[in-house]
Formats: sequence, structure tokens, C-alpha cells
Amino acid sequence: MTGDNLRGYHSAAWSEPVVMEMGYPGRRGQVFPAPEERVTAAVGTASGLVPPSMLRQDRPALPEMTEPEVQRHYLHLSQETLGMMGVSLFGTCTMKYNSRLGETVAMRPSMAELHPLQHERTLQGILEIIHEFDLILRELSGMDQFIFQAGGGADAAYTQSVVTRAYHAHHGQLGQRNEIITSIQAHPCNAATASAAGFDIVTLPLGSEGYPPLDALRSAVSDRTAALLISNPDDMGIYNPEIREWTRIVHEAGGLCFYDHANFNGVMGKICARELGFDACMFMLHKTFGAPKGGGGPAVGAYGCSEELAPFLPTPVVTHDGRRYRLDSDRPLSAGRVREFWGNIPQVMKAYAWARSMGADGINEASDLSVLANNYMDSRLGRIRGLERSNPHLDTPRLEMTRWGLGPMKDETGVGTVDVANRMADYGIDPYWMSHEPWVVPEPFTPEAGEMYSREDLDHWIAVIREISSEAYGDPELVRTAPHRQAIHQVRGEVFDDPEKWAMTWRAYLRKHRHGDDGEA
Amino acid sequence: MPTNQSFVHPWMANSGSGIKEEMLAETGAAAIEELFSQIPESHRRRRPLELPPSLRSESELRRHLVTTLDRNRHAEQYLSFLGAGCWQHHVPAVVDEIVGRAEFLTPVWGSPQSDHGRNQAWFEFNSQLGELLHADVVQLPVYSWGCAIGLAVRMASRMTGRRQLLLPCHIDPERLAVVQSYCEPPEMPDHVGIVQLAADSKTGGIDLADLRSRISSDTAAVYFEQPGYLGAIDPAADDIAAIARSHGAETIVGVDPISLGILRAPGDYGADIMVGPTQPLGVHMNCGGGVGGFMASRDEERYVREFNGFLVSIAPTRKEGEFGFGLASAHQTSYGMREDGKDWTGNSVYLWAIAGAVYMSLLGPEGFREVGELIIARANHAARRLAQIDGVRIGTAGSFFKEFVVDFSATGRTVSHINRKLRKRHRIFGGKDLSAEFPEMGQSALYCVTEIHTLDDIDRLVDALEEVLS
Repeated sequence: MTGDNLRGYHSAAWSEPVVMEMGYPGRRGQVFPAPEERVTAAVGTASGLVPPSMLRQDRPALPEMTEPEVQRHYLHLSQETLGMMGVSLFGTCTMKYNSRLGETVAMRPSMAELHPLQHERTLQGILEIIHEFDLILRELSGMDQFIFQAGGGADAAYTQSVVTRAYHAHHGQLGQRNEIITSIQAHPCNAATASAAGFDIVTLPLGSEGYPPLDALRSAVSDRTAALLISNPDDMGIYNPEIREWTRIVHEAGGLCFYDHANFNGVMGKICARELGFDACMFMLHKTFGAPKGGGGPAVGAYGCSEELAPFLPTPVVTHDGRRYRLDSDRPLSAGRVREFWGNIPQVMKAYAWARSMGADGINEASDLSVLANNYMDSRLGRIRGLERSNPHLDTPRLEMTRWGLGPMKDETGVGTVDVANRMADYGIDPYWMSHEPWVVPEPFTPEAGEMYSREDLDHWIAVIREISSEAYGDPELVRTAPHRQAIHQVRGEVFDDPEKWAMTWRAYLRKHRHGDDGEA
Repeated sequence: MPTNQSFVHPWMANSGSGIKEEMLAETGAAAIEELFSQIPESHRRRRPLELPPSLRSESELRRHLVTTLDRNRHAEQYLSFLGAGCWQHHVPAVVDEIVGRAEFLTPVWGSPQSDHGRNQAWFEFNSQLGELLHADVVQLPVYSWGCAIGLAVRMASRMTGRRQLLLPCHIDPERLAVVQSYCEPPEMPDHVGIVQLAADSKTGGIDLADLRSRISSDTAAVYFEQPGYLGAIDPAADDIAAIARSHGAETIVGVDPISLGILRAPGDYGADIMVGPTQPLGVHMNCGGGVGGFMASRDEERYVREFNGFLVSIAPTRKEGEFGFGLASAHQTSYGMREDGKDWTGNSVYLWAIAGAVYMSLLGPEGFREVGELIIARANHAARRLAQIDGVRIGTAGSFFKEFVVDFSATGRTVSHINRKLRKRHRIFGGKDLSAEFPEMGQSALYCVTEIHTLDDIDRLVDALEEVLS
């Protein structure tokens, strides 16, 4: 069967009320026992144990529901969430199979009911997994030590800036080295976290080859350079072949080099960050390494660095002395902490499970397949009206994703990338990723096929784009008013920037829209 | 690099031969290798990847993971009194079911329409937490409580243009380390200096005289916790907020949400920005991987315009009478404005917002009252029982909720020794050792008692300590 035959689709539409309006006074979803008589006799009741000034007098206005009512409400909401139920080729985020095994194992008390402050002798199993996974990431990157404290890719980029501060402070140069260099195609979090850590940002523009020219870097570096934060390949699928020269130039100027490995899927097993001259790198375990995304976390930005930077890592660091696994917090040069405890450990376990399942052969195969699939899609997408590949003058194959644009479609029909994304959901397809800010390519979209999806799935996705293209040219209003087969219709965004109308909680909604003059929801 | 033609994996549909050749034909390349032509030969790995052997078989992989994790000792085998930022509370089974749903577990971003159900669940988390806090604006959670404090302090610093933070001397050093990171070192331009306030010896809360003497027109924010790290419920919350307000400083309060069935809503005693942990609301400890932090404020534009993350607003749709939910503040985040955005944001712990939404709707007002009453009664009972042991005294001054300090100094034993014996002889995880964090407290430990601890558990702890200390 080919995926070219479009399937009919309609989302579940339960019209669930907001939970705050549900239930009936007196219903209960969980009950707790009253304190035992022996306890009450000894200490009295809560009203005597709380200082009078701090005792709550009102009942919080929460819904009163039975357990099955709550269960069905949230099951309905889950069914009104398309996510990965169809085909999701959400570029830059590397959609993968999130194995059910990982979830099953994570729910066992030997994972879920661990406390991070237990004595390390009672945590030898999880510490072994963390250490073994550290070794796997070292092999993939050439780095000397990984930590998992960062709660996502942006937090790992932040970790880089925190480590950079500690490193330059140790060398007495922090006051002077106050600039971080990045590129306009690097993820916004690189610039934003470096800025939040106190650095000035130097952003390099792209050149005609699709990456920043070497001369731009040369004129940006100086004795103020603290570090370079860069991804490669970028989100257009373009690999900077001068990257070794980049790291050499930055090192020569006294700066550090951080490889944002957000786009690792197409190059895993093919290149090695340390061999390219990088001092540190970051892997997103909820992307490349098969841990689930949770609709925005819990996630992990695994941060690894060279021996030279390792003393500055946030603590604790998991080590192995040949006999036992340990939590090493005695690191006097450490940059401190970016988050409490050691990280989203169940996600680390799931990523380890992914890496063990794949092995070296599987990882090599996955990068092959993801690059093959992307170029397969490029070839087929290129024949659809209204689409244009970024950097059209560059005809080399892209790596694991390609940025496309709907500039021609927008010019010819008025239908742009937001409209098409909305319409895709009507075919059971998760709206694609467009582009990080700024939009270098007009009306951008960025599919990333990855290694999981079958060719039939990819063909289906392409067929949906082709169908929407013909709709755009035949009945643009249909696309502009999409979606039409979802749980709800297009959300009107005017309220989002209006202090009189925005309502971030039900309390605010009642105050502004039910009790006020404006009855509109 | 060799391409393995025969490697078929259950998670990769196009692995194996046949289909790859068909796809390759579409690309026009003769071999997959050609598709990597952008990468110079000199950039390729110097040697092939060497990893442990693949466990492709789920059966083998499961065995390996389970066997390895079984080397842990966990809090359902051992009786645990550990808290300090990660607490053992009851997680309702329905919460586990909902957060395990693939629809909620696996998506990435979606649109307000395609992921309507998830956005509604997010809004319901923010709305219910808003009722507990008495706050009209609640942001989707950030990485942790410490991160929430750090971001709130930076908000306050931007709003006031000031560079000083006052906070209690008895704060979790782990949490403080995170806050320090967010406050930047002195060499950096937006450095916020941290001043720690003395504790009131009677209440365990903030010493108001010390607060009055240190607060000034340089103070961006006063931060305190309710209850504090060492467990104390500060009776002077209104006064602290009033003092801060009279100096033009923001009041930031950290609260444990599971206490809010019996403790006053911080919005009612003058909190400007409210933060705290999300893990007590239906998330397993997960070895510390269950933590998250919430942030909330009044619905005033000066606060709303400074939030770093995502605010989910209810909004009308194109269909009369229908509602949906979208991000009200995306343009001001780092996604929208890179280094010019409000601080920074990224993937966070949004699945735990869904856990929290389910948890709060299961408990309702009566559940929060009951669980609060149960925790405070059992914790106080446990403390009184422990205080009856020779040489043991309770080190938390004033009232406390679920955590309290147990001071073993007079027993002549170290906490480290006591905890080792408890663990080895009695299968008990004793409280967190405070002797290195707060040397002035001698051999003290922070104990945590929650709704999961029965009277029998408390008796067992007392018996075990009597044996260990005999």
C-alpha cells in the first residue's frame, strides 16, 4: 500500500468543560484518613498546630469530583491531543519511538521510589546506569565527563555559560572575557542563556554558502571572547565544513568552544565533537536518545566536556572507582548548580535503554536512515507547487533535516506556513516546526524524518502537503480558516496581548469575562 | 564508513535492505554515503564507534535494566524519612495512568487546535494552583523550585532596577546554590547580591529586626519560605511583606503546595511573586528527577510582561461560544526574542503540570484540607515521640508542617553513624544530615513525615533509634 491515498480523519471532540466547572459539592476523588485518636490526643488538631496568623480560613475553590469523573475528563483531554498519534516530523526535535519498556521500567519502585539523598551504597544500580551511559556519550563525542543535571537543551546551554564563567574566573579573565559568539542559525537558547549568564552576544550572519563566513568569525574574536556556542549541521541541514578552523581560531583567541549537538541525529557515529576541536558539547536525551518529550519535559540536556573543563562542572558528578559508583560533590572549582539534585534520572535511564538497544550498528544505521529519509523527502517535496528549498542555489544533499519555505505559495495564494500547519492537523498530522526566530527563509517549515517512520508514513506526510498545496491554489479560504476537523476551531489570538482580556487562570477568566461587562469567552 | 545492510531493528521501519535501495533511487544518489558529501573526509571519526553489544531484544534489554536497578534499595523497601526538596507523598493511581498516556507523554509542540486537550490540562493546572495560592497568573512550571526562585529574583531585579536579594539564613544550600547561579557572579553586569537574614529564635522564621536593619532602597526582593527549609511556619508573613512593600521591594514567597489546604494562601498575605515545588502534587520522587518549580503573580501587566516562560490563556475560537487555549506571552520569551527576551526558557517539566492538574482535581478542597491535617498531626506526633528519646531534642523552633530538625548532639553520636545503623540494622533511611550544612546545629538531621507514614512507621522509627542510641 502506498501512503498517497489520503485517509479520512477527525479528531475526538468531547467539548470538555474546564475542570473548574465540573463536579458537585461533596464529591471526593481521594480521601485521607483522619489522624488517629492517639495522635490527636497527643498533639491536638491542625488548627492548634498552625500559628493562628497562618491558618487558612477559606476553602480553595477546587472542583469536587469522583475518581472516575477525573479519570474520564483527563482521558478525554488526552484524546483531544494529536501529538505523535499521527505522523510527526517536527524538525529540530527528532521525533522518535519512545519505548514502552522505558516507561514500564521507570514505574518500578526501584526507579520511581528512589530519593536522591539516599546513601550512595543504596543507589548502586542507578549510578551504574548513569555511569555506563556517560561512557557511551563519551565514546560518541570524545569528551571526558558527562553530567545530567540540566533539565533540557537550553539548560545545558546555560550550563555551558556557567562553566565558562567559572573557567575564566579561575584564570582571572572573567571581567575581560565578556562576549559569547554564536550564529543567527544557532538555537535562540544559546544567545539567551549566555545573555542571562551575563555575557554580551555577538551573532554572526550567514554567508552565501549557507553558514557564516570564516572572515566574520575572524573579525568577531578578540581577547574579549569567552566562548563560541554553535550547532552543526544547522536547522537548514547545512554542515559547516570549516568548523575545525573555527575551533582553532577561537582557541587561539583564548575562548572555549561548545558544540550544541541539537542536530546530532544525522551525524551520530560519523563525527566526534572532540576531534573537531570542541571543549564541550550537549546532547538532548529527549530528542536524539529516545526519551519521551512529555509535551515539553521532563527532559535532559546531557552536558559533556574535556578533562580541562571537568573541574568546573556543576556537582555532583557520578564516578566509578573500580569497585563502587559514587556521587562526587567534593570539587572545589565547581561552578555550583544549575538545578537541584542530579537531573531527570528516569529519562537518563530511558536514554541508556535506547542506546543499549541500538548499539553501535543501530546508531550508525539510524543516522544513515535519517539522512536518507530526509533526502528522499527533499526529492519528492521539490515537485510540489508553492514550495522552495532554503538556499536553492546549493544542490548538495542536506543532512537529517531541510528547511523549506512556502514563500511562492504565500505570494501566489496568500496562504502561508501557519495556515498550512493548521490545516495539516485536519489530516491527522502534527503541525510541523516552522523555524526559530528570526525567519531567515520566508514562510518556513522544517520537516525531519528521523529513522523511525516508514517510507509509507513519509509518503503519507508528503501527500498531505501536496493536497494542501492544491487546496491553497484552489480554495485558499479553506486553508486559511483551518482546522475544520479538530476538537476546536482556530483559536483567535487577539486576547493574548490584551491585559483586559487575557486570562491565565480560571479565577482571572471569571473576573474579566463572567462578572464583567464583556460576556465573550 | 560501512553501511550495515542486514541490521533490522524493531524501532526502525526502513532498516534492512530493499526499501533503502528504493528510497535511494528517489534521491538520485548511488549510495547512502554520497548523501553525507557535505562532511569533509577529515572531519569523519578517526575510528568506528565502539559500544557495548546491542540488546535489540526487548526481553534481554528488560532483564538487563531490571537486574541493574534491583541493586538499588528504594523507599518502599526501606522506611524513609528523607525530604529536603524531594518528598515521598502518595501518588494517586489515576495520575500515573494519565501521565503515562502516549498522547500526553510523547508530543512535542503542536498547535492550540491539534493539542487542545493538553493545552486545556495545562490551563487547568495553572487555574487550580491559582486557587490554592490566590494568584490570578500562574506560569507553566520551570525546572525546579530553585530555578523558580532564581527567575523570580531576576524578574524583581528587572522590575525595580535594584541588585540586592534578602533571604533567610536557613535555606536549603542546594537550592541556594541554584539561586546563586541565577544571580550571576560579581564580575557580571546583572549580578544580584545575596544577603542572608537571621532567624527568629522563637518562631524559626525571619528575624524582623534584622530584616528592618538590612532592607534598603537597593533591595530588589525579599524571599522567604512557608514553611522554611527547616520546617518552620513563619507567623510573621504579613509583616515581612509589609516591610518589603514599604521599601519598594518585591515579596517573593516559596510555598509547599500540599500545605495549602491548611496554610493561608500567599496571595492573601502580600506575596507579589509566588514560587515553590510541583513534585508534591502527584509526582514520584524519581531519584530527584520528579522536581519542578511553579511561578505565579497577581494579574498586573508589570508582572505579566516579565515572565520568562509560557502563560496559557483561555481564548475564543472562530466558532461562537467555543473556547481554546494558547500561549499569551510567547513573543516576550527567548524563543521570540533570543537574547533580548525575558531571561530564557526551553523544554521544562510540562508533563508534571498535567500530573498536578489531575492530582488537584482528585483532591479537591476537602482532600487538601485532609492531607494537610494528617501531615501536620503525624509530623508533630513523630517529633514529640522522638523528643522523648534520651539525648534527642527537636531543633526546629516554633510550628512546623512536615519537616523538622532532630538534634542528636547530646547523644554523643554523629548523624552519619546513626543513619548507617538505621539503614543496616533497621532498613530505615534517616533524615538528611545537616551537620556539614549548618555546623552550628551540631549533629542534627532534617526529618520528613508525610501522609504515607503510619503510626506503626513512627513507632518503628522510635524503637530503632532507641536501639541505635542505647
